[in-house]
Amino acid sequence: MCDTCGCNLTPGNRNLAYKPVAKGATAVSVLKGLLQKNDDQAAHNREHFDRRGILAINLMSSPGSGKTALLEATLVALKNEFTCAVIEGDLETENDAERIRAKGVQAHQIVTGTACHLDAHLVHDALHHMTLDGVDLLFIENVGNLVCPASFDLGQHLNVTLLSVTEGDDKPAKYPVMFRAADAMLLTKTDLLAVLDDFDPDKAEAHLRNLANPAPVMRLSARKELDMEAWYAWLREQLAAQRARVAIGQSRRPAIQGDGQKLHGATAR
Amino acid sequence: MHELSVAQALVEQVDAVIDRHQAHHDNDASSSDAWRATSIRVRIGPLAGVVPELLASAFPLAAAGSRMERAALEFVHAPIRVRCQTCGAETEAAMNRLLCGACGDWHTRILSGDELLLESVELVTDTPHPSPLTPHSQNV
Repeated sequence: MCDTCGCNLTPGNRNLAYKPVAKGATAVSVLKGLLQKNDDQAAHNREHFDRRGILAINLMSSPGSGKTALLEATLVALKNEFTCAVIEGDLETENDAERIRAKGVQAHQIVTGTACHLDAHLVHDALHHMTLDGVDLLFIENVGNLVCPASFDLGQHLNVTLLSVTEGDDKPAKYPVMFRAADAMLLTKTDLLAVLDDFDPDKAEAHLRNLANPAPVMRLSARKELDMEAWYAWLREQLAAQRARVAIGQSRRPAIQGDGQKLHGATAR
Repeated sequence: MHELSVAQALVEQVDAVIDRHQAHHDNDASSSDAWRATSIRVRIGPLAGVVPELLASAFPLAAAGSRMERAALEFVHAPIRVRCQTCGAETEAAMNRLLCGACGDWHTRILSGDELLLESVELVTDTPHPSPLTPHSQNV
């Protein structure tokens, strides 16, 4: 409706919708998010999760920063508390899904072929291969990539971005789109800090704040099970918050994706 | 790399715009008119994570054979602007330093710079339309 009647024009964006038009041509104002179709699918996925009271978390990082190792440790530690499920995204192989299944947890592998990111449609297809009833926490392990995954909403409630201490502490400054999207940043492999003299966790945190991101920063090592408790406590807190939202019919999108839409007045939902 | 996915999404959206426009005009007498896009305007901010140059090179691949095959893709750059939640100032900011330009605080919100919007599409028919409307009534 709003796409055709022009009511999405505001004093702030009206000038953008007009331009001189060649004779015989017609200008149509659209002002819609370019990824609207993906976003609609993501909203649908989110409804699936909310209806079942599931908290969905999208894990993003470079390849090799320890997303799967984090999951292995987390799934074992929370085994008696929550029912978890995992969607794995990789260009090739079932290896990661097999690692998760070895912990006795349901896992579905999305093999993207050459695609560098998951999108909402891929996740939706994966959901149809899974048993979601009774699941409390769904982890979506995105393709290891600090660029593309940040631009696609999957229907998750939270983004968790990992930064391993074997990478540079200025990664948030180099990949601002990704780290701006984080609802929590995990500094992983901290057991290696002792032998690395060039990673300063405080600097990594300062770079994150430079992106105006108030997300909590947790320093941990999944392999050595160091300082994992804060991460588990955060998960418990977030699941409780999700249940409270579901009880009053509300949901949550990762903060950043909501922000832009509200402020630009486009595609209001 | 993901710009090709974005280009495909753009083509789908413009296609839908043409469909709606076509349906609207099919009610007119000149129902045989076939509409196509001659120009597509997209607004991109640096924080959207999409590179205009890459999107421009992916677009012809996604648009091949479609009703926007010959359309010009135009970009409107959206500068990064933030509003400080501490002092209230509105200032420009760099992509990886979204700090208040007045007081330096990091508690800011993005006003512009993360857009990825299809702004407008210009359509023509190959057969002359009896009464072209400029600007079109849809914009009024």
